[in-house]
Amino acid sequence: MAELLNVIMPNVVERSGQFWQAFGETLQMVGIVGVLAVLIGIPFGVLLFATKPDGILKSRPIHFVLNKICDIFRSIPFILLAVILMMLSRLIVGTAIGVKGAIIPLTVATVPFLGRQIEGALSEVPSGLLEAAQAMGCSPWEIIWRVYLKEAIPGIARGVTITLISLINFTAIAGAVGAGGLGNFAISYGHSRGLADIMWTVLLIIIVMVSVVQAVGNLVVRKTTH
Amino acid sequence: MIKLEQVSKTFGSESAGVHAVRDVSLHIAPGEIFGIIGYSGAGKSTLVRCINLLEEPTAGKVTVDGQVLTDRPVAGPGELQRAFRMPPAQLRQARKKIGMIFQQFNLMPSRTVAGNVAFPLRGSGLSGEAVTAKVKELLELVGLPDKAEAYPAQLSGGQKQRVAIARALASEPKVLLCDEATSALDPQTTQSILRLIKDINRKTGITVVIITHEMAVVKEICHRVAVMEAGCVVEEGSVYDVFSNPRQPVTRSFIATTSNLGKIRELIDAGDPMVELESGQIIARLNYGRGNVGEATISQISRKFDVDVSILYSNVEILSSQPLGGLVARLSGDRVSEAVNYLSERNVVVEVLKRG
Repeated sequence: MAELLNVIMPNVVERSGQFWQAFGETLQMVGIVGVLAVLIGIPFGVLLFATKPDGILKSRPIHFVLNKICDIFRSIPFILLAVILMMLSRLIVGTAIGVKGAIIPLTVATVPFLGRQIEGALSEVPSGLLEAAQAMGCSPWEIIWRVYLKEAIPGIARGVTITLISLINFTAIAGAVGAGGLGNFAISYGHSRGLADIMWTVLLIIIVMVSVVQAVGNLVVRKTTH
Repeated sequence: MIKLEQVSKTFGSESAGVHAVRDVSLHIAPGEIFGIIGYSGAGKSTLVRCINLLEEPTAGKVTVDGQVLTDRPVAGPGELQRAFRMPPAQLRQARKKIGMIFQQFNLMPSRTVAGNVAFPLRGSGLSGEAVTAKVKELLELVGLPDKAEAYPAQLSGGQKQRVAIARALASEPKVLLCDEATSALDPQTTQSILRLIKDINRKTGITVVIITHEMAVVKEICHRVAVMEAGCVVEEGSVYDVFSNPRQPVTRSFIATTSNLGKIRELIDAGDPMVELESGQIIARLNYGRGNVGEATISQISRKFDVDVSILYSNVEILSSQPLGGLVARLSGDRVSEAVNYLSERNVVVEVLKRG
């Protein structure tokens, strides 16, 4: 096995220490930012949805602000956002580089993305259910919790899946501007030094990561759709 | 039980908006099954939503079970409008006593039948076992004891509406609002759902308000009916009175949909040979009211006025335990007009459709 690997990816084997570190960094970034994005992005999306002009907690100012945040951060290309937010990173976490430095830019990019997905998922819940819940005397928060979030679980799972996949993509870009991880590894060795086996290995691993996320997402959707 | 006083609902601005409900006043007594019938767009769905404030009336007073939910008097010139609206928390409590079912059932697809029926019981203070027992009892009441663990997607339309009824009854409401509850169902299922509602009304004394565009529904279970057109209640009364003596064209057109007596007009308009007349003949519709269905008026006019009566259509039914109906007949003879007068004197409403 080791010999075989040595033959098909000699440069990866040679730098296996750096490779495993890069892989670990990517997993860390996806894991930490993924959890943060879910914790912040879902409430963000719920508020974005509920404060709409015809929503159950309608509030023009809150919706306006959230909506603008969403539009602005989603329109900035991530590579620029990462560079801009590095300064902010230095202020908050003390460094602009490495996994630590990447967490803020990645979170800022991911939360509005997931927020929109959640908003979309909640909009799919038939309005008749809202009416039925109101007629049963539910409060707005009960309706959000027991009707919208509960009924939108498959849609939310789809949204989280898409978000995690684009987060994997973002971490590779973040790697190019100093965050480390597989993206950085592939660019500094695979691209800059022309070591093709490193590029292919990283690609393969990212494809597998995305496939696993997608498969888990599909499973959750299937299990929660009745 | 339900008192609507001068209720109006306007969507959009007062001047340019849509007046969905205009100045409607209705009293619905406890234990009554009250029908509100109208074509789509007549404002009946908006009106029923004004009862539980899913739609907030722009003017008028809504009282349910002695509690004023909203009161917005129409302000006169120079008069301050003193509006009252029940505070949200109190309104939610009041809504728990007003059950509602819908045309599209509106069951929660991610919850089982039992989960749906238990939905309104959260926060009711019942223990887990008490909720389970209550759900079981409700599912038995609606005839679905074996479907507790099924999901709504696995049920037929009629079964879904039964679950919706069980859910609506879970918080033991005093009023059940039915918004086109049978309009998505086939005629047989409609019958069975109406029978169920009738049964529940008899057993529990719950007040039922039924919104429909099908006269057959009103005929089947309502005690009283209001007819709506363009946001107004144009006619109201006991189902028998409204059926036997409709005053408004819209009411007549609804009644025509439930009997085949209306078909004769199509035949006349189409110039069908069946309705061709010779000179002196007429085609008339005879509408019978309370009490005179049993009389042998046709035989009587034949004998007294030497008139030949050939019956083209007839339709007699039992409504609120009283017979009601009519027939369409071709009358021929020299003394037809005397026969018509005679019938009119006997409380038979005669409408001459065609003269030869």
